[in-house]
Amino acid sequence: MVCESWKAKIETYLDGELPEEEMRSFDAHVHSCASCAADTLTSVQMKRTIQVAGKRFTPSAEFRRRMQQSIAPKPLRSLPLGWMLAAAAVAILVVGALTSTYVGTARARRDQVYSEIADLHVATLASSSPVDVISSDRHTVKPWFQGKIPFTFDLPELQNSEFSLLGGRMTYLDQTPGAHLIYQLRRHRISVFVFQEESLRGRLNENSPVARKLSFNMETWSQGGLRYFVIGDAGSADINNLATLFKTTSS
Amino acid sequence: MSGVDPQSDSFEELAMPLFDQLYNFAYWLTTNREEAEDLVQETYAKALKGFSSFQLGTNFRAWMYRILRNTFLTSRTGLKATMILPLDAEESEPELSVACDSPETILIERSNCQLVQSAIDELPLPYREILLLCEVGEMSYEKIAETLFIPMGTVMSRLSRARKTLRDRLRLQRMNHGL
Repeated sequence: MVCESWKAKIETYLDGELPEEEMRSFDAHVHSCASCAADTLTSVQMKRTIQVAGKRFTPSAEFRRRMQQSIAPKPLRSLPLGWMLAAAAVAILVVGALTSTYVGTARARRDQVYSEIADLHVATLASSSPVDVISSDRHTVKPWFQGKIPFTFDLPELQNSEFSLLGGRMTYLDQTPGAHLIYQLRRHRISVFVFQEESLRGRLNENSPVARKLSFNMETWSQGGLRYFVIGDAGSADINNLATLFKTTSS
Repeated sequence: MSGVDPQSDSFEELAMPLFDQLYNFAYWLTTNREEAEDLVQETYAKALKGFSSFQLGTNFRAWMYRILRNTFLTSRTGLKATMILPLDAEESEPELSVACDSPETILIERSNCQLVQSAIDELPLPYREILLLCEVGEMSYEKIAETLFIPMGTVMSRLSRARKTLRDRLRLQRMNHGL
């Protein structure tokens, strides 16, 4: 091998990256070639100079201390009893606060639905035309909703009851279409709302039997995938009776 | 109940011996003490966080250098310092290790440490980092390739070019200083 080929490998040789056999050959050549030996010596000096010059920056003791602190193993010691009790008390308070917040939120959500139902009831009765289909015949009122709402429902037979059907109209609760039926009991007007249960999921979490909202009596239940609300200023027993009629008819 | 986090314990044992060299490397990259400290700090924080994913038995030093370098390259200073080398130059054959047209022995003898430091400072980032990893970090080509995510052939050609560029700079400095 001519010297130029060896010279091209000086740095690789000094880096210790030549294959073992070539390393031995290079050693032998350098010992017999003055020119290559001189160039190798030059490269060695260059490497040493760079090594010394390259080790230029040293971290401060303060920075080293900070770094050691930041990565030091964290002792897993148990807390003193007093601290544990305090931590437990804080945990209980937090859980309590979260629970009451959740319960409060759920209650607020349910109350909001009841308020909307009460609003719909009042607004309808205040209207000059509270019903769009005027009929006491359930076989007239029920078909009227066909194509207007995405579900169907049954109306109770009222022949042997005090209730009379005045008519019905379409309504919306939270942008969900539903049926609004109005019944008369003596001088009271009672609204019955029917919606798809699915559309109210998450807004109404329980089958609360009777509730009072804005001095109205209300009963709500879920049956056959539908959510019913009966609301009016009649007594709770009357509200319950009308609700029972619907429940019986739909079962 | 008392004890220590065993993972954190072994991390400290492995990482602290590298502290000086990582700081030195960080300073060369950033050329600023505060930025170097920030870089090292971030490197250790990232490494500690990702230590669970580090496979024991593989090269921890190369792993730490790689984190430091990647952190630097994504920093503002790193993005500014990054220089794109032409790919054809990267893949070409290594330069001859010693220029034959000048008496380098004399040059190096006369070059003091400060001049070399200044010449390293002026090197483009890819040359500076590979030269430092090889000469100061004393990494093998394989570990350099692993650290820089480049093929072995590129390590050899880039290193050769870095050395040649450094020699050229030193020669220029010598001329400027009338040595």
